[in-house]
Amino acid sequence: MAAVQPSHLRALESESIHIIREAVAESENPVLLFSGGKDSALVLRLAVKAFWPARLPFPVMHVDTGHNFDEVIDFRDRTIAELEANLIVASVQEAIEQGRVVEETGPRASRNRLQTESLLNAIDKHRFDVVFGGARRDEEKARAKERVFSFRDEFGQWDPKNQRPELWSLYNGRHRNGEHMRVFPISNWTEMDVWQYIDQEGVELPSVYFSHRRRVFERDGMLMAESPYLRLLPNEEVFEAVVRFRTVGDMTCTGGFESRAATVQEIIDEVSISRITERGASRADDRTADAAMEDRKREGYF
Amino acid sequence: MTELVRIATTGSVDDGKSTLIGRLLFDSKQIFEDQLVAVEDASRKRGTDYVDLALLTDGLRAEREQGITIDVAYRYFATPKRRFVLADTPGHIQYTRNMVTGSSTANIALILVDARLGILEQTRRHSFLASLLGVPHLVLCVNKMDLADWSQERFEEIVDEFRDFATRLDIHDLRFVPISALEGDNVVNQSERMPWYHGPTVLELLEEIHIGSDQNMIDVRFPVQYVIRPHRREYQDFRGYAGKVAGGLIKQGDEVMVLPSGFTTKVRSIETFDGPLEEAAPPMSVVITLEDDIDVSRGDMLCRPHNQPHASQDIDAMVAWMSEGPPLKVGAKYGIKHTTRWGKAMVKEFQYRLDVNTLHRDETSETLSLNEIGRVRLRSTTPLFFDEYRRNRETGSFVLVDEATNVTVGAGMITGEGS
Repeated sequence: MAAVQPSHLRALESESIHIIREAVAESENPVLLFSGGKDSALVLRLAVKAFWPARLPFPVMHVDTGHNFDEVIDFRDRTIAELEANLIVASVQEAIEQGRVVEETGPRASRNRLQTESLLNAIDKHRFDVVFGGARRDEEKARAKERVFSFRDEFGQWDPKNQRPELWSLYNGRHRNGEHMRVFPISNWTEMDVWQYIDQEGVELPSVYFSHRRRVFERDGMLMAESPYLRLLPNEEVFEAVVRFRTVGDMTCTGGFESRAATVQEIIDEVSISRITERGASRADDRTADAAMEDRKREGYF
Repeated sequence: MTELVRIATTGSVDDGKSTLIGRLLFDSKQIFEDQLVAVEDASRKRGTDYVDLALLTDGLRAEREQGITIDVAYRYFATPKRRFVLADTPGHIQYTRNMVTGSSTANIALILVDARLGILEQTRRHSFLASLLGVPHLVLCVNKMDLADWSQERFEEIVDEFRDFATRLDIHDLRFVPISALEGDNVVNQSERMPWYHGPTVLELLEEIHIGSDQNMIDVRFPVQYVIRPHRREYQDFRGYAGKVAGGLIKQGDEVMVLPSGFTTKVRSIETFDGPLEEAAPPMSVVITLEDDIDVSRGDMLCRPHNQPHASQDIDAMVAWMSEGPPLKVGAKYGIKHTTRWGKAMVKEFQYRLDVNTLHRDETSETLSLNEIGRVRLRSTTPLFFDEYRRNRETGSFVLVDEATNVTVGAGMITGEGS
């Protein structure tokens, strides 16, 4: 009676779908965070599968720093329209204008950290009690210890030393009013799994993931896209290069690199010989300190 | 096709567990340069003269400051044959909670022994916990063979001693490998210094152990997770029951019974986004539609009419206590989550507390505190549909939740119906 073992991608998919259904069944008002990046595109895809043939039973939220790649915003709007989903935009620009946060200054200014306020503000305003995110345990060491169902107190804070035990596939999503759960359906996926699945399923992604010609300048060993949001330092010079981006975030902290990988299969080949993690390669925000991610996460960051 | 395999490792600072994991990750090329540079920097800052691989995942500030692992760390690696999820847990007795967590989903438990010291109290504890949590395969790595003169005699002594002890446990598949994690012998590559050993290396074992029978493929169990009713014209009459198969092979056309109502009907179809399936087995997430329009909701269970789970409000269970707060005691009430069903449960009877080192049953005790394990009888407000944990880990497990704080305080493995 030996049934065939599912492939590792099917097993991961089943686990993620189970998590998404469980979170929705046990919450009043869930929302899915969508940045347009590959991980959130994957979570969205899994969520669609989890409830098919019904429509997505919750809205999608983009925490918008205002410093986006145009291609990513196009992709976001197209995806949401195709799914006939409901999009909520939590705007960092608006938070700045309303004086809820103060913009950083200087050539290295980034709105990355300011996103936390906009996110928490929107969770509070819409009374979301489950917030789906695309974080993976393999991407960063603080995330390696995060639960799949991760409790947040009424201030949106994460307490890494006081997490709920999580056993078998029994998730405890109980919380009081004003508290919420962050739920990470792809916790157990690696970067390679994500790419293989995207390849297998033909999941669409923003074009910045693939090799293209772009005006860039070099900073901290990364190629930053020329944009109105980044001021050049005295020794920096813009030039044209064939690049792609390995993660997609705010333009001020997402770096690209020279690459000829123009298809998902070519990206898989590239990732499989890469000796540097995707965050190490492309995220200025994680380079500030050894515990940069843990500190941001404690405050309520994704 | 690559399979997903879950491993739990346990060990203390000295037995070379970090070195073993480091080797597995290195040799399967899962450690990246920037991670390695960060770990080398951190090791230097702390004044250690070797690269401390524990720093790779001891990512929390408190862990780095105290130089200890305080939580389950999940690591991932792959070979062309398999994709591994490795739950790495600290081995000290105060982390029993983490070991229980890490083992709860594992196919394989990797336990390390120092060849010079042989079977220690902690080896027995780790093995017992793996057995209690129903980990189907146990690999005992006899490490530091380089410090034991690569001695076959010493290895066999340890094997004999462990086999002797393991007869008291519920372990069906037991393997032994003599290794030197530091020098790499028998970790990934065959050792040339132990020509007397003809068995597989650790990685070969991890790749070869047959996991296809780890899940229950006999008793059909489908806990209903979510009812799908699309409000779309093309699926107007669609009513599907979403869930993850927890046991058995469910086929289109099978007669099934819905619990608790007891109605029987047939499986009309097994649906997924990618198209209908003829059959579904664990651990697949699917949507089942039924021939008859009967009332089914979340928390219900589908099974075969002639192979039903136990249905009872009274259960006997081994409970691992995970809370620093008030201990478990007779009369206490908790929220209980079992499959997709929530209820309340009261501790009716305290049977014994188990010493996890000696397996001695203390029948005079009446409470369970953090990291303690004992057998209790519970009564729940509504019947639970369960199997014995050793028969099915999905339908035989539950968690207890403190209703005042909503924190998960206990993990339970059902031993049978309480009478």
